[in-house]
Amino acid sequence: MRTVQAVAWKEIQIYFSSPTAYIVAMIFLALASFFFVRDLSNPFPQASMSSFFQGATIILILLAPTLTMRLLAEEQKLGTIELLLTSPVRDWEVVVGKYLASLVFLTGTIAPTVYYVVLLAIFADPDPGPIWAGYLGLVLYGAAALSIGLLTSTLTNNQIIAAVVAMGILLLLFFANFAADLFEPGGLAATIITEIGMQSHFDDFDRGVIDTKNIAYYLLVITFFIFVSIRALESRRWR
Amino acid sequence: MAKQDSKPMMIQASGLTHYYGPYAAIEDVSFNVERGEVLGFLGPNGAGKTTTMRILTGYMPPTRGKVTLDNYDIVEQSLEVRRKVGYLPETVPLYTDMSVSTYLKYMGTLRQMPPKNIKRRIAEVIDVCRLGDYRSSQIGKLSKGFRQRVGIAQAILHEPEVLVLDEPTIGIDPIQVVETRKLIQDLGKEQTVVLSSHILPEVSMICDRVLIINEGKIVAEDTPSNLAERLQGSEQMEVEIGGPVSQVLPALRAMPGVANASHRSTQGKELYTIQATDGKDLRDEISRAVIGGGWSLLSMQTMGMSLEEIFLRLTTHEEL
Repeated sequence: MRTVQAVAWKEIQIYFSSPTAYIVAMIFLALASFFFVRDLSNPFPQASMSSFFQGATIILILLAPTLTMRLLAEEQKLGTIELLLTSPVRDWEVVVGKYLASLVFLTGTIAPTVYYVVLLAIFADPDPGPIWAGYLGLVLYGAAALSIGLLTSTLTNNQIIAAVVAMGILLLLFFANFAADLFEPGGLAATIITEIGMQSHFDDFDRGVIDTKNIAYYLLVITFFIFVSIRALESRRWR
Repeated sequence: MAKQDSKPMMIQASGLTHYYGPYAAIEDVSFNVERGEVLGFLGPNGAGKTTTMRILTGYMPPTRGKVTLDNYDIVEQSLEVRRKVGYLPETVPLYTDMSVSTYLKYMGTLRQMPPKNIKRRIAEVIDVCRLGDYRSSQIGKLSKGFRQRVGIAQAILHEPEVLVLDEPTIGIDPIQVVETRKLIQDLGKEQTVVLSSHILPEVSMICDRVLIINEGKIVAEDTPSNLAERLQGSEQMEVEIGGPVSQVLPALRAMPGVANASHRSTQGKELYTIQATDGKDLRDEISRAVIGGGWSLLSMQTMGMSLEEIFLRLTTHEEL
């Protein structure tokens, strides 16, 4: 566990000392606040965060891969992976440590938006259920996005390729709802495609419903992509 | 190989083969390293030195073959092996945005050193590698020579039993080359060191024993002084002769132009290694002498030639 902690801590330090991460965080907050304000500017505004959450997921699709693209691609490019993997460190410890670091930074990026909740509470009387459920959903959504970005970073030594491929996968999972429309509504194909998509599982959280099914979906996505990342890192041993 | 029993072996490698796709980087490489020995891999660029180093450090497994390090299998017990090895890759990969001491602390934690030891050892290696004035400098801003020192510092940080150094003096200026060699010599007094180089004088200076590797195969193994002798142009031949050793050997030694002759028998074959003086071609004389003595000449091959060709591709002279 100490090595996981050491790997994670080193990555966290790099996040907080590099301009890239701050720019990503800044853009996230700027865009997210746009979605928040837009909803409140209606003639009949609601004391709700729904618009913010929907917007935030889309922003995460584009920003989460930029947080993870460096994690393993850079080690492979610089060759530092050779010293990392010849240390008495297990492959899973490297992958999990790096993943946790990105999760910590992402959570830290989302955290300041709690300020909006405070504003709502001061000036109105929002229903707290959908807000906390929404935050849980947003963190799970972001965590899933990061795990996909981590995998693509493991597979290449080019950070741009890692980011773009991860965005592609995330967009595909985002558009799954639209793809489902091509099939008979409620049919098997439409159901499967909707269930695979990331967005349909988020909507319940946004409505204030915490469904085990949806939590299980995100945890499954995260576990799957982390597992494949570990395998991909190990694959150099039999390639 | 009589030595094998007398001293404990640190590294035993047998039949190492590694393929990159269809291309074999090394083929059937076998060698042993004694505890405390300094072994040099000498070979031109692309000979398979880095591949061998990477296998020894557990970075990648061999396609075929087996290595044990302190009796731990390098593939099956990789973690134990990696705990015992300090490694300096040829390209000296470092995290350029970290400071020297932060980097060393990170590497110490990865090597699972107790926090107390990390602090003490960082102070020691910074002293040994003379990085004192640069402990809080960002690695990316250091010159190549200093990065090399940081690379060596991280390799020796956890007091490994085996030190693997891939081309430790490549790309640094001559004064630093001298310093680095001195440092390796000092380290070699206490640790087992395996290093690779394409510079003959360097290997002669530092190593107890040298393996010459070319196109993925070990072509010679000797002490530096014997290698130097071979290089001085004396032709070596291996001859298989059927006849009583007690008669054949003195006869060979008595021949004009023979500097030295020795005998060994393997698998029922009587083999004689003959060294000619001044690089003379003795094939004609030897065959006549053997037939004339009533013995039978079963095989004859020159050994010096191929070695010399390899030496031509090595860096044999240095201008400092």
